Amino acid sequence: MIQVEDITKSFEGKTVLHDVSCTFETGKTNLIIGQSGSGKTVLMKSLVGLVHPEQGRILFDGRDIMAMDTAQMRRLHTEIGMLFQGSALFDSETVLGNVSFPLMMFTNKSRAEIRERAMFCIERVNLRGAEDKYPAEISGGMQKRAAIARAIALNPKYLFCDEPNSGLDPRTSILIDELLSDITHEYNMTTVINTHDMNSVLGIGENIIFINKGYREWVGDKDKIWATTNRALNDFVFATDLFQEVKEYVVTHGHKAYGAARRAHGEEAARPND
Amino acid sequence: MARAFALPQKWGVFGRRCIDEIWRLGVGSIPLVIVISLFIGAVITIQMQLNISSPLVPAYSVGLATRDIVLLEFSNSILCLILAGKVGSNIASEIGTMRVTEQIDALEIMGVNSANYLALPKVLGFVVFMPVLVCICIAFSVVGGYFVAVFTDVISVSRYTYGLQALFQEWYVWYGLIKSLVFAFIISSTACYYGYHVRGGALEVGKSSTGAVVTSSILILLFDVILTKLLLQ
Repeated sequence: MIQVEDITKSFEGKTVLHDVSCTFETGKTNLIIGQSGSGKTVLMKSLVGLVHPEQGRILFDGRDIMAMDTAQMRRLHTEIGMLFQGSALFDSETVLGNVSFPLMMFTNKSRAEIRERAMFCIERVNLRGAEDKYPAEISGGMQKRAAIARAIALNPKYLFCDEPNSGLDPRTSILIDELLSDITHEYNMTTVINTHDMNSVLGIGENIIFINKGYREWVGDKDKIWATTNRALNDFVFATDLFQEVKEYVVTHGHKAYGAARRAHGEEAARPND
Repeated sequence: MARAFALPQKWGVFGRRCIDEIWRLGVGSIPLVIVISLFIGAVITIQMQLNISSPLVPAYSVGLATRDIVLLEFSNSILCLILAGKVGSNIASEIGTMRVTEQIDALEIMGVNSANYLALPKVLGFVVFMPVLVCICIAFSVVGGYFVAVFTDVISVSRYTYGLQALFQEWYVWYGLIKSLVFAFIISSTACYYGYHVRGGALEVGKSSTGAVVTSSILILLFDVILTKLLLQ
């Protein structure tokens, strides 16, 4: 579990995070959502230690990262996996090389053991057959999956994902969301996802933190979000006419009815024309 | 700087990276060094003959002057100015691209000392291999002059080879090697610094690459004067 207590961060006199407090729970997909410039990236960078807040505390299972020295922070980082917006795979390494990298750096495993573990992670993200390809030779979705494989190679306790669906088509986005959700539950990780993809919010949001203008505006989950009366959150999540209509349907008929309607529509669409 | 020159986190990985960098930065520069050395050696020989052809100056002086110019200045200072362009821009753009594509952030998040992991093998690999490049440069410059003697009537082969051996001072070789080690450090560390501190996108990567080459060239010239004063006087 990661607890954030009253953190404040400013850049050149402009405060981008105001006394933000929230909790990211273990075994759940925790989503940070908010408009561009709302401070969600600064919050995530504060969590992983790339940005240092001026005040407050960030506790990783009780360990305050603000009080850690460089060596302690580096040790904590070996418990963290991170998926970057642009994947951040090493260009000069193959997929296998990328996934093997943290194992080479932080374990004393033999080459064969490293390869075995790396191949297990590659297979877990359904990338079997692409292990000898370089990042430039695979698609954006495959790069994200390779980055996920690298992030989970050391069995991290904490997984951070910065806009994992950016630049991906809707179907691939759903696959990535499902993969992240499955891995979170499978390994009982504390997963924190920074996103403004509404499909992710409504699909895998087990704990959602809405950041607005640097303040923590709302906390809930994907079920509660339908009934929210928070205007800023409503304007953000249900910004399009389509999402507004879906919300009205759900509010009127209930979440289960919407699910049933979706499934029925899917079956209808799948039926061959007479 | 202190982070970059700290002890490596994993010696095995560090060793492999050093060998990779020696291969990429050092061995990869050999063809360029050979081509430049052959032609500049030939040009120096021809120019020496044109400039010092006098009844008062012994004919073998052409070989002697060619050798000393190569040993004292060309094989270290001029060669390093050329390599600052090739190796310096290569290092700065590689690390700069890693910075703007968040690969360096990824290393940090994993708990890797990114400055150390990226910079130290490059600096050490290039510095270690630099004397080899200097020796290759000296050898092929002399061969370039020899070709002039063989294939033209600028100077006879016997006078050229006699001049090469006349009044030889071993210290000139050590002087050149010492200078080249300092210059190799300047080229690689300056390029690593520029690449590591890139902020922005592709445009800034290009600027950092140019900045690395310009800065290291100026530093090479500055240290050339300082080292010459210290080592030859």
